[in-house]
Amino acid sequence: MDYSEALLVPNPMTPNTAIVFNEDKCVGCNRCVNVCRADVLHPNPVKGKPPIVLYPDECWFDGCCVLACRIPGASELNSPLQQKVAWKRKETGEFFRVGMKDPPPPNNRPPVGEKPLPHGF
Amino acid sequence: MYTNKTDIQNYPGIKWPYPVDYEKINRISCDVLILGGGLAGCAAAIAAARRGAKVAVVDKGPLVRSGSGGTGIDHWHDACLNPKSKISPEQLMEFYFQNPYWGGKYTMGHMRYIQAMESYKALLELEKIGLPIRDFDDEFEGSAFRDDTTGLMYAYDYENCTVIRLKGGALLKPTLSAEVERLGVQAYEYIMASHLLTEDGKTGPGSRVIGAIAFSGRTGECYVFNAKSTIICSGMPQGEWIFSTEFNGASSKFWDPNNTGEGQAMMAEAGAELTLMESNYTICANGGMRWPMYGTGDSNNTWYGCPIVDANGKRIPYTQNGKVMDWSEIYKNTWPGTGDGGSVTSGSLGELPGDLPEKIMSGEYKLPFYADLPSMPPDERRVLWGLMIGNEGKTNYPVYKLYGKYGFDPDKDMLQVPVMAPKSNFNKRAKPYWNGEVYEPWRECQKCSNCAVYDWTMKTTLDGLYVAGLTAGNNFASGAITTGAYAARNAWKAAKQTELIPVNEDQVQKYREQIYAPTKRDYGIGWKEFKAGCARVMQGNCGEYKSDEVLQNGLDWFKSIREGEMQQLYARNPHELMRTNECYTQIMVSEMTLTASMARKCSSPTMNFKRLDYPGTDEGENEKYITITVKDGKYTTGEIPVKYYLQAPYAQSFKENYDKYCALED
Ligand SMILES: Cc1cc2nc3c(=O)[nH]c(=O)nc-3n(C[C@H](O)[C@H](O)[C@H](O)COP(=O)(O)OP(=O)(O)OC[C@H]3O[C@@H](n4cnc5c(N)ncnc54)[C@H](O)[C@@H]3O)c2cc1C
Ligand code: SF4
Ligand code: SF4
Repeated sequence: MDYSEALLVPNPMTPNTAIVFNEDKCVGCNRCVNVCRADVLHPNPVKGKPPIVLYPDECWFDGCCVLACRIPGASELNSPLQQKVAWKRKETGEFFRVGMKDPPPPNNRPPVGEKPLPHGF
Repeated sequence: MYTNKTDIQNYPGIKWPYPVDYEKINRISCDVLILGGGLAGCAAAIAAARRGAKVAVVDKGPLVRSGSGGTGIDHWHDACLNPKSKISPEQLMEFYFQNPYWGGKYTMGHMRYIQAMESYKALLELEKIGLPIRDFDDEFEGSAFRDDTTGLMYAYDYENCTVIRLKGGALLKPTLSAEVERLGVQAYEYIMASHLLTEDGKTGPGSRVIGAIAFSGRTGECYVFNAKSTIICSGMPQGEWIFSTEFNGASSKFWDPNNTGEGQAMMAEAGAELTLMESNYTICANGGMRWPMYGTGDSNNTWYGCPIVDANGKRIPYTQNGKVMDWSEIYKNTWPGTGDGGSVTSGSLGELPGDLPEKIMSGEYKLPFYADLPSMPPDERRVLWGLMIGNEGKTNYPVYKLYGKYGFDPDKDMLQVPVMAPKSNFNKRAKPYWNGEVYEPWRECQKCSNCAVYDWTMKTTLDGLYVAGLTAGNNFASGAITTGAYAARNAWKAAKQTELIPVNEDQVQKYREQIYAPTKRDYGIGWKEFKAGCARVMQGNCGEYKSDEVLQNGLDWFKSIREGEMQQLYARNPHELMRTNECYTQIMVSEMTLTASMARKCSSPTMNFKRLDYPGTDEGENEKYITITVKDGKYTTGEIPVKYYLQAPYAQSFKENYDKYCALED
């Protein structure tokens, strides 16, 4: 993109994107598209490219699309900034939040009862 | 690296990805047609298909995840017949009649009784098709909430044991939809049902339902279903007062956002009687003010039992009837007896002190507050953040895993409670449920309301038409599953004695013209502005306080919008077509709410319904259901007694009626 060029485009939608993709990982299989209750996501006209986030304003932020993806790290739920919540480490009083820059190491302990999903979804 | 490059702003005006054909009509015949494939719809499909019926299910979304329970549930209600339960179905009925939050005297008692009788059995059926329900790997062996002989785990009240924690509740919908598929049920996904079809095209009381008309939100194609029995499982109307996608998208809605009330609108249009249309409330945590569901520090429901501390770590005690409870009492709130019965449904047994707002104002407790997970015993902490948060709806990815990705550790971290004005923590109905500020005119239908009038077979007042789940006034997963199966058994029993009555082509044509009108325009008013405008009419004219003049003003507004903007709705693709058709629904449901409100000439504390112009309350002769239907193009209201389901022609006891109509043998 030429950053010196100004474009005649509508304002960014709110919430902005709802779901974001890693173009290097996503293979454009559209599994996430076909699990979304609200058709927020649509197949990309270019085969193999990540889905288009058409209706972020209709996202229910349920995360089913991310759960349906078989490629780790291909997509992520991008909750709007006003939905990013915070916590405090009890011992140290440190402030952390969803979406923060340089977060502490992830806590990957799976939830109770986690099993592969029927249908693979 | 994740990027925003696939944001639609980078793809302006590209072609719709699915082939579009607004002229095409697909015709399907079946024995049992199910409109709405959420929990109730899938349970209905399974019950009917297992008995040999040819079944079709229609859903606006994909069955694998659609509906309010599509992302999971953590607690299974009213399992009165499980081995540890100390509450009988009959006792449970007392609880519902006493508790206004779940309907009080307006409880559809037959539906609750069906739920109580079948909840545990239905859970065992789910286990058979692969849903983990027990602590299968003994993770919680020896815990107070676990029965070590069965591995079942209980929630909230470890003595009465009617609510079961589900170890794999997040898998509920994928498990159900796999079974639906295995049984060969035809699923019609991304398709919106919009009108019922009736014998000879005649609508109004006494008509017979013979199918429905629907269309695809992807291709725009029309679907005409011809069925012997039809079951509506399309959930609750939402959005009559609230339309806001600006802040948090469709998360401003509690139920699945596709629940917009078509079921209610089409039933009334066909001539069925609806009731409890005037029942609505200001809910805490509504609209764009909502925080992620179950995703902030809380003390209620899913979060029950979590200690809440103030900014300095000072513990805010749980109380009961004004008395401070200690930890050992928290999960022992037995009902009947000392407790308020909250334990029987969800965790609202102990509460934070009623004078907490004053104590915040005086500085005794300092904001912000936190959910002090680290101070909990390890098993209680893990079952809360791990089982409950993890399997509860909308928590598996958006809360448990996403927070984990940013390092949230329940052993070390205290999740913040949103900072809100002290008073706003205390919504009248929902107790301290810290999910967002309360804005009075932003109302929603009460949880057990806006349903059809139905009999002990769950048939509505029209032949061929049944209801289940939210559409039958039931707000629980176990209720959706049990009533879905129960309605399906009866619908199939009736279908076996019925011939398929062909659809009336004039009626099909009439509805098609209405459905597709917005595709003939590419300017006018879009669905979002329309929905927001109609919501504003309801905020103003059907808020907390009601009077005939104000309600009439609302009806005048809608009459004018029908003549004006409704004729200018445009749809540039099948998705917009679906949302514009929801606009028709919204107007109709809102008008029914206003009309039913007019007919209730008294206040009703149970319904959170306040009349400025009539002094009485709904005691004595005012204690009744107001009904509404459409007759000759006009809304007609009527009334029926509360507990009509225990009066002639029915028997006087729940048990006798249940035994007679449960259709388990058929
Ligand atoms: C976040 C969350 C957590 C919950 N947790 C629990 C819990 O732990 N325990 C519990 O007991 N309950 C819980 N519930 C409630 C429970 O999920 C619901 O009571 C239950 O899902 C209702 O089932 P239903 O089939 O009546 O409606 P839904 O499951 O909402 O299904 C309705 C279906 O109808 C479809 N539909 C709507 N309109 C149309 C139309 N015009 N045409 C075609 N299809 C249509 C929708 O797409 C949807 O799939 C929770 C709900 C939510 C939202
Ligand atoms: S499921 Fe994963 S890989 Fe497939 S399109 Fe979606 S993000 Fe890409
Ligand atoms: S979070 Fe849910 S509603 Fe949003 S895009 Fe993903 S599947 Fe669709």
